[in-house]
Amino acid sequence: MTLSPRARALLLALPLIAFTSVTFIAPLGSMLLRSVYDPLVANILPDTVAALKEWDGEGLPAEAAYAAAARELKQARKEKTLGRLATRLNRQSPGLRSAITRTGRKLQREGAPPYSESLPAMHPAWGQPDLWRAIVLTGSEVTPGYYLNAVDLQLAPGGKIVPQPEERRIYRALFVKTIWVSLAITLLCLSIGYPVAWFIAHAPPRQAKVLLVLVLLPFWTSLLVRTTSWIVLLQQQGVVNDLLVWMGALADDQRLTMIHNMTGTLVAMTHVLLPFMILPLFSVMSGIPSVQMQAAASLGARWPRAFWQVYLPQSLPGVGAGCLLVFILAIGYYITPALVGGQSGQLISNFIAYHMQTSLNWNLAAALGSILFIAVTLLFLLYDRVLGLDRVRLGA
Amino acid sequence: MRVRRHCAVAGTALLLQALALGAQEHDYITVTSWGGSYNRACVKAYHERFTQETGIRIKLEEYNGGLAQIRAQVETGHVNWDVVDMDTRDAMLACDEGLLEEADYESLPPAPDGTPASSDFVAGYDVDCGVKSLFFSMIYAYNEEKLTGTKPTTMADFFDIETFPGRRGLRRGPNVNLEFALVADGVPVDQIYEVLSTPAGVDRAFRKLDLLKPQAVWWETGAQPPQMLADGEVVMSMAANGRIFTAQTLDKQPLVIVWDGQLLMPGHFAIVAGTPRLEAARRFIAFASSTQSLANITKYIAYGPMRRSAMALADKHETGIDIKPHLPNWPANTANAVIEDVEWWADNQDDMNERFAAWLLR
Repeated sequence: MTLSPRARALLLALPLIAFTSVTFIAPLGSMLLRSVYDPLVANILPDTVAALKEWDGEGLPAEAAYAAAARELKQARKEKTLGRLATRLNRQSPGLRSAITRTGRKLQREGAPPYSESLPAMHPAWGQPDLWRAIVLTGSEVTPGYYLNAVDLQLAPGGKIVPQPEERRIYRALFVKTIWVSLAITLLCLSIGYPVAWFIAHAPPRQAKVLLVLVLLPFWTSLLVRTTSWIVLLQQQGVVNDLLVWMGALADDQRLTMIHNMTGTLVAMTHVLLPFMILPLFSVMSGIPSVQMQAAASLGARWPRAFWQVYLPQSLPGVGAGCLLVFILAIGYYITPALVGGQSGQLISNFIAYHMQTSLNWNLAAALGSILFIAVTLLFLLYDRVLGLDRVRLGA
Repeated sequence: MRVRRHCAVAGTALLLQALALGAQEHDYITVTSWGGSYNRACVKAYHERFTQETGIRIKLEEYNGGLAQIRAQVETGHVNWDVVDMDTRDAMLACDEGLLEEADYESLPPAPDGTPASSDFVAGYDVDCGVKSLFFSMIYAYNEEKLTGTKPTTMADFFDIETFPGRRGLRRGPNVNLEFALVADGVPVDQIYEVLSTPAGVDRAFRKLDLLKPQAVWWETGAQPPQMLADGEVVMSMAANGRIFTAQTLDKQPLVIVWDGQLLMPGHFAIVAGTPRLEAARRFIAFASSTQSLANITKYIAYGPMRRSAMALADKHETGIDIKPHLPNWPANTANAVIEDVEWWADNQDDMNERFAAWLLR
C-alpha cells in the first residue's frame, strides 16, 4: 500500500495534532462551553424549574412548585449536591446559601404538605419572590449571564439586561486598563529594545555574542527570581531609594513608592518581556546589510533620512513580530502583576485567576477568559488586515 | 520437591511483601495545615508524640485555605490529604458539598477529670464535619519604637489618622476590614453582622474604610504584617495574633497588640471524604484534639485551645513567659471581641468580594 505524499505528511503530523487537540483545543473548547453552559440548577431541581414555567414572576408560585422544591432539596441533601446548589443560587442573590442549606437540613426531620406553608416556616426566604426568581434565572442550562457579568451587566427577572449597581462594576474598567497597560509595555519594550537590537546586530561578532548572552541570561533565570529582585530594588527601603537618599536627591521621609503599584507592574513586566522584543528585532536586523546605510550616505542622505527611508522599512517585520509577541504575552500575564502590582497594578488575568482558585466561579472565569481570547484574536486579525501577517518575521 | 519448596519460599516472600506494602500504605497520613510557625508548633506539640505512640508517620503539607484542592481530590477520587486544618467557614462549605467526613464528638477522649468531650469543648461554632481546635484572632498591632507619643488603645484609634498619622497595613479582602470598620464606627461588637446585613450598614463600613484608603498598604499573606511593622513600612497593621506573638518573642521585635475590637475565629480539624486512611485519620484527630495536645500547642504559639480543660492547663511559653495573657480567648482579651459569623460570610463572601474589588479600583 502506498500513501500519497500528502497523506504521509499528515500521518507524520498526527502525534502533534493529537497532542494539541488534547492539551490545547479540548481545554479551550470546554472553557468556552463553560462560559455559557451551566446545567447545575436544571439538573438538581428539574421539576421545580418545570413547575415554575407556570409562574408569572409576580407574587408567589403555586403549591406544585413548593412540593417539587421540597422533594428535590431533600434528594439533593441525600446526594450531597445541596452545597453546590446553594452556592450557585447565592451567587445570583446573596443570602440564599444559608436559606437553601438550612431548609435542606430541616427537611430531613420535618415538613409536611402543604409545602407552601411549611417551607416559609423553615426559612422566610421561601415566602419571598426573590428566591423563586433566582431559581428561574439560573434554571436554564444555557445562559448569557456570565458574559453579562463579565461586562458589568446582569440578567434581571423577566429576561431584561440591566447594568450592575455602580459599586460592583469592575470588569469593563479592568479590560480597558489591561489593554492600555499592555500597549504601554509594548511601546516601552520597543523603545528600549530597538536600539539594543540595532547595536547588537551591527557590533563586531565577538561583542555581539557577549551582548546576546546578556539578553538571553534573564531569559534563563526563573521568572519569580527576576520579579522578586525588582521588589528588592524598588521597595521603599530598597536599593534605588537608598541610593537616591544617599546622593541627597531625596529626603529620608520622601522615599518614592515604586513597587506594589502601577509603576512596579510596568517596570517589572517590561523587563520580563524585553527579550521577546529584542530577539525578533535582532534576527531581522542582522539580515540587513550595513553597506546599504553607507550607500545611502554616499548618495548624499544624512543619517536620519537614510535610517528613515532605508533601514526602518526593512526592520519593520521584526518590529511587527516583537510588538505582537510582547502585546499578546502582556495581555494575559498574571504572576508579575500579582507580585509587584499591589492594588492599582492588578490586571484582568489576576481576576481570572482569582475566580479559578478562590471564589471557584469557573463559569465567570471562563467568560472573562473567552472575552480576552476573542479580543486577542480580533487584534491579531486586525493586524493581519492592516500590516499583513506575511510581513511578520521572526528571523531574516 | 525442591522446586515445590522454592515455590513456597517465593510465595511466602511475595505474601510478606504484599503485607508490608499494605502496611506501608496505612502507616502514614497526610496532614495539611497553614504552615509557618503554626506547623512548627503542631509538630512539637503533638505530631511527634502521635508518631511515637501509634507508629503512624505524618506527612505535613501546607495550604492557604480554600476548597479548590480538596474539591479536586474528592471529585477525581484521588484523595491524598487525610486531615485538614480548616477555618470554620471552609469547613462548613466543604461539609455542605459532601467533601468532608462527618465528625463524631462521642469518639473523642474525655477531659482528664472525666468530663465528656462534647461538653468539654466550648459551645457554639459547630460544624457537622469539623472537630473544634483552636481560637485564633485578627488584631491590630503597632511598633512601639516607631510610633512615638500617645499609644493607640482602641479600634477607633486604628482609624484615627489625625491623632496617629502614618501608613496602615490592611488585609486585601473584605473580611476583617468590614468588622474593624464598624467597631471603630461605634457599632457594639455583638451587632456587627446585624448591621452588615443591611445595605446601609455595608455602606457605612466602606465609608469608614474610605478614611484609611489613602494610607493603606494592602497585604495578602500573614507573614507580611510583622515584616512591614518591623521595617517601619507601616505604623500599625492588622495581623493574625500568632504571627505578632512570634515576632515579639522569637524575633524580639518591639511590637504591641491591641486586643480591643479583635475578631475571634475558631478553627477545625476535618477529614477529607473518601480517604483510604480513614481509621488513622480519626485516630489522629482524637489525639490532636485531646486536652494534652491542645494545651501543648500553647507552649509554642499563642492560639487558644477550644477545650476548657486544655485552657486550664495553658501555662508557660517555650521562652518562659506566661502564655495566658497572649491567648485570644483569655478573658481580658475578649472584653470587646467580635466573634466571626461564618454563616454570614458564607452567604455574602462573593458579594462583598466584588464590592471590595470595585471599591479598591475606584
